[in-house]
Amino acid sequence: MNGYKVLIGLEMHCEISETKTKVFSSAANSYSDIPNSNIRPVDMAFPGTLPVVNKEAIKKALMASIILNCKQPEYIYFERKNYYYPDLPKGFQITQETKPAPVGSYGSLTYECDDELKTVRINNIHLEEDAASTDHYATVSTIDYNRAGVPLLELVTYPDFHSAKEAVSFLETMRSIYQYAGISEADSKKGQIRCDVNVSIMDENLDETKEENWGTKVEIKNVNSFGGVRDAINYEIERQIELKESGEYDKMEQQTRRWDEESGTTIYMRSKVDAIDYKYFIEPNLPKFKLSQEWLESIKESIPELAPERKEKYINEYGISNYDATIIVKEKAVADYYEDAIKLGANPKSASNWVTSIILGYLNKNDMKISELFFEPKMLVDLLKMIEDGKISSKQSKEVFYKSVEDKKEPSIIVEDLGIKQIGGEDEILKIVTEVLDEQPAAIETYKQGRTNIVDFLVGQVMKKTKGQANPAMTRSMMISEIEKR
Amino acid sequence: MSYMEKTIKELHEDLKNGVVTSDELVKESLKKSHEIGEKYNAFVTILDDAKGSAVTDNLLSGIPYGIKDNYSTKDVLSTGSSNTLKDYVPFFTATAIKNLEKSGAVAVNKTVLDEFGMGGTGTTGHTGVVKNPWDRTRMCAGSSSGSACAVAAGVYPYATGSDTGDSIRKPAAYCGIVGYKPTYGMISRYGLFPFASSLDHCGVLSRCVMDAAIVADNMKGIDKNDMTSWDSSDMHLYDSLNGDVKGKKICYVKEICDIENYPNASDELKSHLENFHKTLDKCRALGMDVEEVSIAKRLLNAVASVYVVISCAEATSNMSNLTGIIFGPRGEGKSYIEMMKNYRTEGFSPLIKRRFVIGSYVLQAQNKNRYFFNAQRVRRLLVDEWKKLYQKYDAVILPVGSGPAKHLDGSLDILDENTQILEEHLQIGNFGGFPSITIPNGFVSNLPVGVNITGNCYDDINVLNIAYALESSMNYRNQIAKEVE
Repeated sequence: MNGYKVLIGLEMHCEISETKTKVFSSAANSYSDIPNSNIRPVDMAFPGTLPVVNKEAIKKALMASIILNCKQPEYIYFERKNYYYPDLPKGFQITQETKPAPVGSYGSLTYECDDELKTVRINNIHLEEDAASTDHYATVSTIDYNRAGVPLLELVTYPDFHSAKEAVSFLETMRSIYQYAGISEADSKKGQIRCDVNVSIMDENLDETKEENWGTKVEIKNVNSFGGVRDAINYEIERQIELKESGEYDKMEQQTRRWDEESGTTIYMRSKVDAIDYKYFIEPNLPKFKLSQEWLESIKESIPELAPERKEKYINEYGISNYDATIIVKEKAVADYYEDAIKLGANPKSASNWVTSIILGYLNKNDMKISELFFEPKMLVDLLKMIEDGKISSKQSKEVFYKSVEDKKEPSIIVEDLGIKQIGGEDEILKIVTEVLDEQPAAIETYKQGRTNIVDFLVGQVMKKTKGQANPAMTRSMMISEIEKR
Repeated sequence: MSYMEKTIKELHEDLKNGVVTSDELVKESLKKSHEIGEKYNAFVTILDDAKGSAVTDNLLSGIPYGIKDNYSTKDVLSTGSSNTLKDYVPFFTATAIKNLEKSGAVAVNKTVLDEFGMGGTGTTGHTGVVKNPWDRTRMCAGSSSGSACAVAAGVYPYATGSDTGDSIRKPAAYCGIVGYKPTYGMISRYGLFPFASSLDHCGVLSRCVMDAAIVADNMKGIDKNDMTSWDSSDMHLYDSLNGDVKGKKICYVKEICDIENYPNASDELKSHLENFHKTLDKCRALGMDVEEVSIAKRLLNAVASVYVVISCAEATSNMSNLTGIIFGPRGEGKSYIEMMKNYRTEGFSPLIKRRFVIGSYVLQAQNKNRYFFNAQRVRRLLVDEWKKLYQKYDAVILPVGSGPAKHLDGSLDILDENTQILEEHLQIGNFGGFPSITIPNGFVSNLPVGVNITGNCYDDINVLNIAYALESSMNYRNQIAKEVE
């Protein structure tokens, strides 16, 4: 980006998944593969149906607003955004557009990017309803109204990001907040997160705090994964720089483009002058209501421990490394898993080693979520106990883990099934050590000549004979003392 | 005299005493439905399968009634009198109708309205023009045209209506009956096809104030499906009717009621206003204080525009769900836009399309402040002005319209722009959500005319009591329409 500065703003849509019902409907708010199974008449806009606000959704939206250091409005009310689209059964979306309606205005959030703390200003965060989902086939299109009316939080930032990396770091922080605060699973695979990105470039030596120095804003719609956000931004930066270099930048009008995942490019949709007039007006069926300070206070107090606080706790109380703590808190479900194991008596350090290396390694390799893992925290605790008690070696424990996960059997049963046990009895080990030394007189000679690392080879022989079941530490110390004796 | 020409209380006593059965009432009402339907075109659907219901202590039990066809009724065609819903059979029932069902009331037909309630003539329903039962060459007004016609003609003692501008209270006047819309939100709107949500009210058309009170008692109630509904469980309208109005203070507006405002007044208008002043004398005779108040004419002249702007804006949005994709006869077309366009182009009457264009126009970004926001500001000014009156007066009393029912052939009526305020002032009751009732107060050219009483929000009991007392001092209670030649 030689000579250019990039300004990036985000509109992040995240479904609130953690309410029982939808935002203006009593239909269940739950993801379902069966189309049109979570719907009430209002979700399909049958004549005479009316929206009813879900207080729980407002509570969660206000919680997000508080976490983002936004100002909360005096009154909560909603507006209609009018437009026709097959996925919009009413012909309008109930949302919050005009300030001071949004649940949050003018906030900021500090996030980490490459070990550096950065701050982004939040323009607003508002609560609205999601549209239905559509699928298009060769001759027909299908509409699934399950998603229609699911509560949706739209967060709008100022163009404070300067790289795709910053934007994605912020999105990851937001996902973590939504998960930790119990607002949303924030799972982009379920389509719960969708982003619009705006990108502009300007000459590097100009002052970016002055809006007149900004370049032409290009908005990219419907980017549905963080990887997509990264790629779309980088593509768009390249595209705009090329326009600058070829002298065509000034001809570019403010526009909306679409991210095409398959080709990895952005495609022109419409110019600013063709922008849709949404004819907003206040939703008359939802009377505005005053937000009480008491309610806001109680929401504030009910905000659970978020990732940074947990991380601090892991480092200071559990004594694990900053690196490991960062990995564990990245996904709330993983951190919950880790804390559950500790609550059940696991040693924090051993549990941390297991979670960060073996368990997450396995999940990544198999593209699984920790919630899908058969191996529950209790099983990890059992396994760690067996190692601690010397019943199995740490090498064996890994074998037990994989077998347990694959066969969906508890580790203790696996140990029994495989006949795994660690040979820990002194007599037994001594017998095999003696056997090995008897077979390897040359090695003893080598040792006596001072090349003591030959012990590794001898211990290896013991392991071979015992199929790895001998306690390695005990074997090593016994091996040395037996050689010395000869 | 047939049973269906009696009041609810009389019918209840007859049922209780075994003089007549609910089945017999239903049969009579159905027979009359067919007669009146043929003569005046008042019904979209006649429910020939309707059966009598058990008679309980509820005054409405076992008694037939009619439902305006913009109320959603489960398993019964509900069209809103529009081609866009000509085949629509809902799978849920409006709360207000459910409440009547719970009372044991028996629905016998669905009545014609101006398409989706967006009209005041009774001529725009998809099943054709509704005629006035006093004079077939005249209109019933609208939009609760079929309900007003049927109640006046003695098909049953009452029918439900809805009122966005004057859609209950104007047809009541033209048909010589009672039309009552309670305070906004007293009756749930869940299941009422919306026209303009901030102005829409459910209500009732009946032939006497007591019946209106009984029916509203049974329709009302807070509803978890309508956030604008409120708890009125401690408000008993029927029980509160005592006719004691001594010392009540009411007022009328000079700029609306004074004949001086209408230099070209027709004879009918003159008689109408004279008659109104006679009604005021009756109020005085009942012991009420009647005073004349003055409201800025400029403000009053804005009523009609404010109504058009706000109601059209809300309507265009409310009716965006009518795409023919989920319900209604699906349009043909190569794309969804074409399908929607064809469905809406073919389905809506020209009047509605015109209103959609207005609604869309006033909401456009470049026009919104000038039209929509200004209309909201003036609405607020008007409501504030009326609220000020209610600080001093129990109710405002005004004549309904500029005379009796207008002719269906518009060329027979004399157009007088000066009388616009007389035709439109009832809309103020919708701007403020005020309880408002029209009762018959005499005849002009042998046709009934009405007077309206409007009070402050939540003051329904007071409004009903004043109307009840006034009604009992006149001779038009429970009158049945008789065709005049």
